[in-house]
Amino acid sequence: MANLVAESEFLLSVLSEPQSQGMLLGMNVVVCVKQIPDPADPGALDPQTNTLKRDGKLILDESDSYGVEMALQLVDTAGGGEVTLVSMAPNGEVSGLRTALAMGAAKAVLVSDEALAGSGALSTSKVLAKAILRAGEADLILTATESSDGYTGVVPEQIAELLQLPSITFAKEITIEGNTLKVQRQTEAGYDEVESPLPAVVSVTAGVVEPRYPSFKGIMAAKSKPVDQVTLADLEIDPSSVGWAGGGQEIVLVAQAESRAGGTIIEDDGEGFQKIVDLLAELKVI
Amino acid sequence: MTVSKIWVLAEATDGKVATTTLEILAKARQLADTVEVVTAAGAEIAAEVGAHGATKVFTVGGTDGKLLGAPIAGAMAAAIESGNAPDVILMATSYTGRDVAGRLSVKIDAPVITNVVDLVESDGRLAGVVPIFGGVTDVSTKFTTDNVDIFLIRPKSFAAEESGGAAASVEELTVPDLGATGAAVVTSRFVEEKTGPSLDEAAVVVSGGRGLGEKENYQLVEDLAKLLQAAPGASRAIVDAGWVPYSYQVGQTGKVVKPSLYIAAGISGATQHLVGMKGSKNIIAINKDAEAPIFAVSDLGIVGDVHKVLPKLIEALQARS
Repeated sequence: MANLVAESEFLLSVLSEPQSQGMLLGMNVVVCVKQIPDPADPGALDPQTNTLKRDGKLILDESDSYGVEMALQLVDTAGGGEVTLVSMAPNGEVSGLRTALAMGAAKAVLVSDEALAGSGALSTSKVLAKAILRAGEADLILTATESSDGYTGVVPEQIAELLQLPSITFAKEITIEGNTLKVQRQTEAGYDEVESPLPAVVSVTAGVVEPRYPSFKGIMAAKSKPVDQVTLADLEIDPSSVGWAGGGQEIVLVAQAESRAGGTIIEDDGEGFQKIVDLLAELKVI
Repeated sequence: MTVSKIWVLAEATDGKVATTTLEILAKARQLADTVEVVTAAGAEIAAEVGAHGATKVFTVGGTDGKLLGAPIAGAMAAAIESGNAPDVILMATSYTGRDVAGRLSVKIDAPVITNVVDLVESDGRLAGVVPIFGGVTDVSTKFTTDNVDIFLIRPKSFAAEESGGAAASVEELTVPDLGATGAAVVTSRFVEEKTGPSLDEAAVVVSGGRGLGEKENYQLVEDLAKLLQAAPGASRAIVDAGWVPYSYQVGQTGKVVKPSLYIAAGISGATQHLVGMKGSKNIIAINKDAEAPIFAVSDLGIVGDVHKVLPKLIEALQARS
C-alpha cells in the first residue's frame, strides 16, 4: 500500500496546479463512466465465477450521464477546456463511451485487461486512479454516486484517497469560483453547501441535470474521437493486485432469497379501488 | 463468539444516535466479544451506545464543519496501524458511512463488502449477505485477506435493541495530518421542510412511478398519502426525471423502507426499486402492465390505469372520513 500511495503522490504532479484566483480560463474535467449490461435485460450470474455476466453489448450507465452533462456545462461556463472520459470494461468495449463522446466529451481512456475480471470496488478504483492520471491535467474529477449494476458506492472516495485529493459526494449542484469548488451536497435532512479547493473528486447525484440527447452531428463526430485503449501493463499495475487475484474475497454461498407468497392479482373493471378499500379496512389502516 | 472485536461507526444528529447505528450495534454484540464505536459525535453519546452494547467510544475530534470521511478514516487507519485493530468494522450504507469506508479501504488497502443485509459465520470469519437481482438471490461473501474486514450494512437489516449496558468508556483518537484530502468544508446547512411522517418511520408508504404519466399527477400520490397518514415516496425513474426530490426515492439508491403497508402506484418494480421495499409487511400495487415485476411481490395487485383507480380510491376514502 505504501508503494501505491507514494506512486500516486509522485504522479499527482501531473494533476493541474491550482490556478490563481479569478484567472480560471477554461477547465479540464475527467468523468469516470461505467459501461454496463442494459438494466432492462434480466441479469444473470456466470455459474463458474458467480459474477455478473457482462459478455453482451454494454451501454453507458444512465447514472453516469448526469456527470457527463454536468462536466459539459462546467466546461462551457468556464469558457474552454475539455471533458475526458475514463472507463474500465471487458473486451475493449466502447459502445457506452461513444454515447458520452456523442454528447460532447472530447476523448476517452479505456482500460481493458483480462486480469481485471472479478474486480471489486478497490481494484476498480486503483485502475481508474491511474487512468485519470494518464488522461492528462484535470481540474475536477466527476463520478456517479454509484453504478447501476454493482452499486457499491465507495469508488468515488477510494479514487480521491488514491489521488490524495479532497472529495465531495452526492452533489446536487456544482459551481466553480476561481479555484474554489462550491457544491450543494445532498444530506438526510436537505443539503449542505460545501467548499473545496481544486483539483477535487465529486460524485454527482442522479437526476440533478437533464442529460442532453446526442445530436446526429455529435453521433457522427463521436466515431472519430480518440479512445486511448490501455492495458494494466500500460498503467504499470501489477495484475496480481487486482481482479480475482487481488480481490481478497470469496463467495461462500449463492442462495435463492426467501420469496413472498403470491397475492391476489385482479384486472380493474372500474371497481378495483373497492378491493383496495377492503384491504385497507382489513389491515385497520382505515 | 465468531470474532473477538468489532468496531461500529456511530453516527448521530444533535447528540441522538442514528437508528441505523443502533441496529448495527444489536447485531455486532451477537457476533463479537467486544464491541466498540468510533464517532465524530463526541463523548456525549457514550451512555446511549453503552446501553446498546458498546463498551468503548473512540472519539474523533476537530471535525466541526468538515466532511467526515477523511478525518474519521484517517483516525481509524492511524489506530489500526498502531496495533489497535479490530477484526471487523461495520458502518451503515449512509452518506458518511460510504465516505469513511472508501477512504479507509485505500488507507489500509482492504476491500469493502457493501450493501450487506445480514452477517453470518463462515469458518470462523464473518460473511456478508448481499441481495442481488432485486432480492431474488442472496450472495454471501467473506474476506480472504489478513486485513480488517470492512462491511457496509443497509439500513433496517437488524432490529435495534437495548442491552442494558453501562455508559461506554471514552478515548480520543488522533487525527493525522490529512493534507489536501481534508480540505472540503461545510459552509452552511439547509433543512428541507417536509410535512407528515418520514419515509423511514411511516407505517404506510405510498409511492408513485413513471406510470403516473406526468409530474402533475404525483399530486394523486400526495393526496392518497395524506388520507392514510402515509409518507409519499417515489421510484428512481421519476426522481431522475425531476418530478420529486431525491429524498423521496425508495430503492437500492435512496431509502430502504419496511412499513406495514406499501402502496406502489404506476411503478413497474425494477430491481432497483424492489430492493428498497420488498421487506414491507403488505404490498398493494396498481399498474397497467399485468406482467410488471411489482405484481410478483404484491399481496393485492390491480391491473389497471392509475389515473382511473387512484381518483376513485381517493374519493372513496374521502367519503369515509
